[in-house]
Amino acid sequence: MSLRFHTHVPQVLFGLLAALGALQVAMADGDKRMVPLLPKYQQECAACHLAYPPGMLPAASWKRVMATLPKHYGTDASLDPATVKELSTWLGANAGTYKRVSEEPPQDRISTSAWFERKHRKLAPDTWKRAAIGSSANCAACHLGADKGSFDDDHIRIPN
Amino acid sequence: MKRLVIRRSSYFALLAGAGLACAAMAPVAHAVTPAEQLAGYTAQSGAPAVPARGQQFFNARQGREWSCASCHGAMPTQAGKHASTGKSIGALAPAFNPERFTDAAKTEKWFRRNCNDVAARECTASEKADVLSWLMTLKR
Repeated sequence: MSLRFHTHVPQVLFGLLAALGALQVAMADGDKRMVPLLPKYQQECAACHLAYPPGMLPAASWKRVMATLPKHYGTDASLDPATVKELSTWLGANAGTYKRVSEEPPQDRISTSAWFERKHRKLAPDTWKRAAIGSSANCAACHLGADKGSFDDDHIRIPN
Repeated sequence: MKRLVIRRSSYFALLAGAGLACAAMAPVAHAVTPAEQLAGYTAQSGAPAVPARGQQFFNARQGREWSCASCHGAMPTQAGKHASTGKSIGALAPAFNPERFTDAAKTEKWFRRNCNDVAARECTASEKADVLSWLMTLKR
């Protein structure tokens, strides 16, 4: 009995691995931006805003963002040089490379990207100004899984 | 046998020194207490902290668009809200958020950035001492 069981172990393992692989492909297909976040990125950047998925901006944009932290969209977000270097390396390695993100958006804002505007084209401009939303920088106001890098259409709730 | 007597002033200087040493060793995190950091800033400024002056500084605009209270709330015993991103900011008063003012490098980082946003300059040791001393008067 036990011998027979053991002989099946490789097949069972293979099956599990194949299933896992298929799951990963499915996830990657549904949301290409789901990169595990560097803890330091989470710690430093998410203190003030959502830890925006690195794949949402091209490398050239991240490079400029990281080079201008003392003047970061109206606030001083300066960091010590070692942290800047660590985050820059990680952002560069995980920046968006696929077609629609390759374009550098005006002011290096995710929200001015052509793909972002297209995705949100049905929203009335006033919606962004609601108290519970505030601005297009506040992804998590509507995208319930935003802090986990999930932006799929099934997890959206637009607050009144 | 002689007893070692530590005078109050030298004890104070010792605490202040420890606080400064921690700040100098950034970015390695060193556990400190709010009281130790207050002692450090007070020693740097060379005068006692004035909590009421800290409250006033915290709530007044310093020539730019935001005051400290714009994000932290006028009474920072509860969560505030980032004035531009809307992100929730944990309470700043140590009695309501035990993490606050326990990492000297972190404290210095945020004073540097936020004073620049509010006052377009670094805060003086005296201003930091005043604000921190006021925050420490806020009790549950």
